[in-house]
Amino acid sequence: MRAFIYAPLMAIALACLASASASGAGSESARIVVEKQWARASIGTSRPSVAYMTIGNNGKTAAVLIDVATPAAARAEVHESNTVNGIASMQPAGPITIPAGGSVRLRPGGLHMMLIGLNRPLQKGDILPIALHFKSGATITVEVPILSIRAKGPEN
Amino acid sequence: MRLTLLQKILWACAGVGLVAWLGLIVAIDYQGHDTAKPAADEKSELRPEFRLVSNTGQAVTEAAWPGKWLLVFFGFTNCPDICPTTLSDVAAVMDALGSAHDGIQPLFITIDPERDRVENVARYVAAFHPGIVGLTGDASAIAAAATSFHVYFEKIQQEGAPDGYTMGHTTALYLVNPAGEFIRTYSYGTPVEDIVRDLKERL
Repeated sequence: MRAFIYAPLMAIALACLASASASGAGSESARIVVEKQWARASIGTSRPSVAYMTIGNNGKTAAVLIDVATPAAARAEVHESNTVNGIASMQPAGPITIPAGGSVRLRPGGLHMMLIGLNRPLQKGDILPIALHFKSGATITVEVPILSIRAKGPEN
Repeated sequence: MRLTLLQKILWACAGVGLVAWLGLIVAIDYQGHDTAKPAADEKSELRPEFRLVSNTGQAVTEAAWPGKWLLVFFGFTNCPDICPTTLSDVAAVMDALGSAHDGIQPLFITIDPERDRVENVARYVAAFHPGIVGLTGDASAIAAAATSFHVYFEKIQQEGAPDGYTMGHTTALYLVNPAGEFIRTYSYGTPVEDIVRDLKERL
């Protein structure tokens, strides 16, 4: 009975540990650490969905994220919500520089990955692979858990 | 004096640069005027009014929920970031209020009526909380509703956005009392527990 309760927790923990698999040039893949990743479940496929994560850089030089992609959507782009005088709008963020020894957090109300043209509905409980392409040529694929449409952060 | 080809090109570049710079100054000035619209001191005079269509296809006005406080959010269903986050907050507020939530009617009013027809809005709000009512209408009815709340919105052409555009909009939640008077806003990101505490004191 106890194992029954812990099994899903263990699975989540393992998924988190094993979530970032890397490939590509140089040492970029080793120095980029992605955590707190999650995506929001979608209603059907006609509206864009979104993914968030914290991208850390343990290296000695800045890393520049130039493109993102997922097999679940025709296009993925990093966008930024800006709120000025209580009015929000969204625009493509362009390349994201992750400073040496620093991190960049994508979160609700700020930087986020827009997933446009979904091929299938994003179902809560599924895992969404997202590839991060860096200027160095390195690509890191992150396994992103899909949370409820009501989720507000990686913990719910 | 005769100009070489290179000199002509450089002068042309300088001219284009000057025009672009002047354009930028005008654009920034224009934006400044636009975003300054909803001044805080105007809010007390607000008299929220609307004639819209609910997610069940019924024609409704602000008086359709007698005795209830209205918690109103303007957004659009193609918005992946701010709108789901705010509706999640509204859903969490309703859950946290328990039985007291009977006194609150949360409303989602689309500012993108072009795409957000009744059926779309119905599916969207239902995904967050069964108690949220979604409202749409024709473009003029939406504009009138937004104006009465002093809510600002604009269509922004954007290459690569779904259907080629996105919307900019006021993100606050608006609280209207059962007498139909505007009471206050909760700005985007106000913690759910703060909204719940405030509402409990009023109910």
